[in-house]
Amino acid sequence: MWQFFHKLASPKFFYDFSSRLIFWLAIVTIILMASGLYMGLVEAPPDYQQKDSYRIMFIHVPAAWMSMFVYMVMAITGAINLIWRIKLADIISMSCAPLGASFTFLALVTGSIWGKPMWGTWWVWDARLTSELILLFLYLGYMALRASIEDKTNASRAAAVLALVGVVNIPIIHYSVEWWNTLHQGPTVTKFDKPSIHTSMLIPLLLMAFAFKTYFVSVLLVRTRTELLVREFRSSWARKELSK
Amino acid sequence: MNPKRKKRLIYVVLIVAGVGAAAALMVTAFQQNMMYFITPTEIAAGAVQQGRSIRLGGVVSEGSLRRENDGLTVHFKVTDNANEVPVRYKGILPDLFREGQGIIAIGKVTADNLFVADEVLAKHDENYMPPEVMEALEKSGAKSPHKPEAK
Repeated sequence: MWQFFHKLASPKFFYDFSSRLIFWLAIVTIILMASGLYMGLVEAPPDYQQKDSYRIMFIHVPAAWMSMFVYMVMAITGAINLIWRIKLADIISMSCAPLGASFTFLALVTGSIWGKPMWGTWWVWDARLTSELILLFLYLGYMALRASIEDKTNASRAAAVLALVGVVNIPIIHYSVEWWNTLHQGPTVTKFDKPSIHTSMLIPLLLMAFAFKTYFVSVLLVRTRTELLVREFRSSWARKELSK
Repeated sequence: MNPKRKKRLIYVVLIVAGVGAAAALMVTAFQQNMMYFITPTEIAAGAVQQGRSIRLGGVVSEGSLRRENDGLTVHFKVTDNANEVPVRYKGILPDLFREGQGIIAIGKVTADNLFVADEVLAKHDENYMPPEVMEALEKSGAKSPHKPEAK
């Protein structure tokens, strides 16, 4: 198994391996997203309290989950790059940032749109909303820091340290609704108890969550491959790919 | 693992643990400021100054909602099942506002212990289910009945 990982870390092998993976992931994403949206927007019953407005959760909740998940991927690959100096880990970490920022932005915007009719306000400075906004700034800061350092190696290390420092925000976001009283609701699914959502709504929610995950991985691979070619353009395999 | 990598691994662990500890201390120190709202019990305990803008959170007491003749001013009580605070609010209420609903009112406590709200926000809980399931739960007595929107 370790041998496979060593092989995977080699740019050329990764480049070939991921090209096939992207194709299948894209297909899975389309199937999951289509069925998730159909079940969520058409088949699922309205909520007893929020009526049809709750349906925005099928975008909002997966986006919010992804905003934290992508950050962890970014921080862990950053740490791998710091410790083992694996080029590919750095490229993955770098490719995560704009994707994570987009998911965070999407979660904030859909949350705001949901908040207006239900809570009666677009935005409040409660612990959950504020910590999620800080997450967006962390992503933007990560990208800005990287862009501001000319030398790629230095840039990758500085950015990785920033990503590691920001990890502390992830548990704060997750537990903010339990530690403090907030306007935002408590966890519905991500808790040890049985999810407090009816199965007919839970299934489309989980389908959408998986769809977001496979979407993320496929787009991440596309970005990683492009950056690989940019950095390896002098090597023979990259030249061969580029001249195709 | 070679010593160089081991050292770098230790640095990484130290960064995460150090920042984590610092954040934990900060968050505990600011515990009170992190709360988005205060409860009726805290008001009853005299935790707030009169005339200072605060956010009050709790549930609208059953049977406490009363509208004035102008059709805009509402009176209700906010409870946390231990203490109650009477609230006066003039304006449009959010759709989810009803008796038994969790709300957050932003305003000031006046001299006669009345909470005058400038803004009322509705809080919804983490439960999602079809209306029929809620009805069944109410019938079986597992959930207290919720009222349709107060008119």
